[in-house]
Amino acid sequence: MKSKKPGYDRYAKYGYIFSIPFVIAFLLFSLYPTVYTAVIGFTDLKGLGMTDIHFLTDDLFRNFKTVLTNPSFQGAFKNTVVIWLSNFIPQMLLALLLAAWFTDKRSKVKGQGTFKVLLYMPNIITAATIAILFSGFFGYPMGPVNDFLVRFGFVDKPVELLRNKTVARSVVIFIQTWMWYGSTMITLISGILGISPEIFESAEVDGANRVQTFFYITLPNVKTILLFTLVTSLIGGLNMFDIPKLFQNGGPDNATLTTSLFIYNQAFSGSYMYNRAAAASMVMFVIIAILAAMMFFVMRDKDEAQLRKQIKQQQKEYRMRMKSGKENA
Amino acid sequence: MLKNRENLVMKIIIYVVCIFLAILSIIPFWLMIVNATRSTTEIQQHAISLIPSGYMMNNLKILLGKSFNPAVGFMNSLIISIGATALAVYFSSLTAYAQVAYNWKLRNAFFSFIMVVMMIPAQVTMIGFYQMVYKIHMTNNLAMLIFPAIASPSMVFFMRQYLQPTLSMEIVQSARIDGAKEFMIFNRIVLPIMKPAIATQAIFSFVASWNNLFTPLVLLTDQKRYTMPIMVSLLKGDIYKTEYGSVYMGLTLTVLPLIIVYLLLSKYIIAGVALGGVKG
Repeated sequence: MKSKKPGYDRYAKYGYIFSIPFVIAFLLFSLYPTVYTAVIGFTDLKGLGMTDIHFLTDDLFRNFKTVLTNPSFQGAFKNTVVIWLSNFIPQMLLALLLAAWFTDKRSKVKGQGTFKVLLYMPNIITAATIAILFSGFFGYPMGPVNDFLVRFGFVDKPVELLRNKTVARSVVIFIQTWMWYGSTMITLISGILGISPEIFESAEVDGANRVQTFFYITLPNVKTILLFTLVTSLIGGLNMFDIPKLFQNGGPDNATLTTSLFIYNQAFSGSYMYNRAAAASMVMFVIIAILAAMMFFVMRDKDEAQLRKQIKQQQKEYRMRMKSGKENA
Repeated sequence: MLKNRENLVMKIIIYVVCIFLAILSIIPFWLMIVNATRSTTEIQQHAISLIPSGYMMNNLKILLGKSFNPAVGFMNSLIISIGATALAVYFSSLTAYAQVAYNWKLRNAFFSFIMVVMMIPAQVTMIGFYQMVYKIHMTNNLAMLIFPAIASPSMVFFMRQYLQPTLSMEIVQSARIDGAKEFMIFNRIVLPIMKPAIATQAIFSFVASWNNLFTPLVLLTDQKRYTMPIMVSLLKGDIYKTEYGSVYMGLTLTVLPLIIVYLLLSKYIIAGVALGGVKG
């Protein structure tokens, strides 16, 4: 968009100047490490304190092959997806239900502010602390959960609950749900409040009941927000680390091992297999990049794109007219 | 009549569920705080109690006698969180201002780029980041946890969304006529306009930085540089295996400041979440 008028673009350079710090920091701390990680994935870099890289000569993709066929990585990937799915679905359902209740004019739920503050609270607390707290709660022989089970006669004597894979995984799923449904709920409430009230009013006039209003009016109108929540939660879920790491460190028997924890263990605990960890990181990177690209296409400002198109069109017409004007003269 | 009764039943269900969930939010922390005041023997006999006991100081003494040092963790976390937050909000505002106020050729391309990289988490690039930091001998340097915050794509995104309808170019123009330099205009006029957005984004940036475990865990090996979440992770170690009361005490020490700050700022935090989900 070049302007012929002198002085019009005098300030344009500041757009570049003010973006420089961001770009430099991004190149240094984000892009370079990303490329470097990708490169390491093709090398034999391992061992504590090693930094020299030599590309693999026999088979350049050996690390990727090793990782993708590694049962531990496959299990970790499966766990990550299972844990994410089984916390996202109840989290979403609960958040939708609460959001519908809180925004329903007919119910007029009192004390909403207090409820929001309390239901959101777990989200603000350090995940590391919560993981250790819950691992204490399920402690053996005497943690609060065992105390509860024995006292109310569910079991005769304390059980080593976290030895059980299903229990351990369920607790991680519970913690994730418990930490995030409040956040999802608040995002959804703001989305629902953004729907024009007239639509709800006319639905009420037409005699729609609560359930109908929810399914035919509320849900279709918060589609974009639902998708946004889905993708952000999925990306967050694919990087789940703090809770599985400090709850049972991936155990028992790798039942709560996630891909992030797998990468961490490969690179930083004991084996120092930087190359394999890098290859695993890149596998995750590609998955997340695809998701992010999908997100981008849905989230991009449609109105703005339209407006931009119009401006370009007008400029074109203007130029054409100028041209023909000149020719006429 | 029937409608009223139905409404009443509905209302009761809503309140019961909400109160149950509220209790579910409180009870773990309540148990934690109470157990922090009880002796290990008391906890071993009955791990659930809603009434505090008198062993708080004793637990604290045992806790601090070992490698757990909340004061050090607190200070390091504070330095990192304040530094990272200050850099993130300042430079994100600047980048957003460049997007909104100036008409430059690559503007739209740059914004699309920001939206694409917004979703890429730090975790997947950690191996390269660690190797880079290790090579220049900067592990255990808190700066490596602070400076990356200059490039915070998602914050630029939200700052831009806020600034676009708020900024009036007339004010900028009149400041230019008065002879103000562009950088001055940003610092003196635009930053104050952005205060509400800066406040909410600052809270989230601070909390995210404070709670971050992964990056510090990879980079920091020196006990004197440990952040709060790493300090917390020490409580899981063998040295505290039988000291239940002290472990709860340690957890309480890390949670209490957060809960207090949260309750003080909850209004802004809830409003901030509503503005645009910051998810983890």
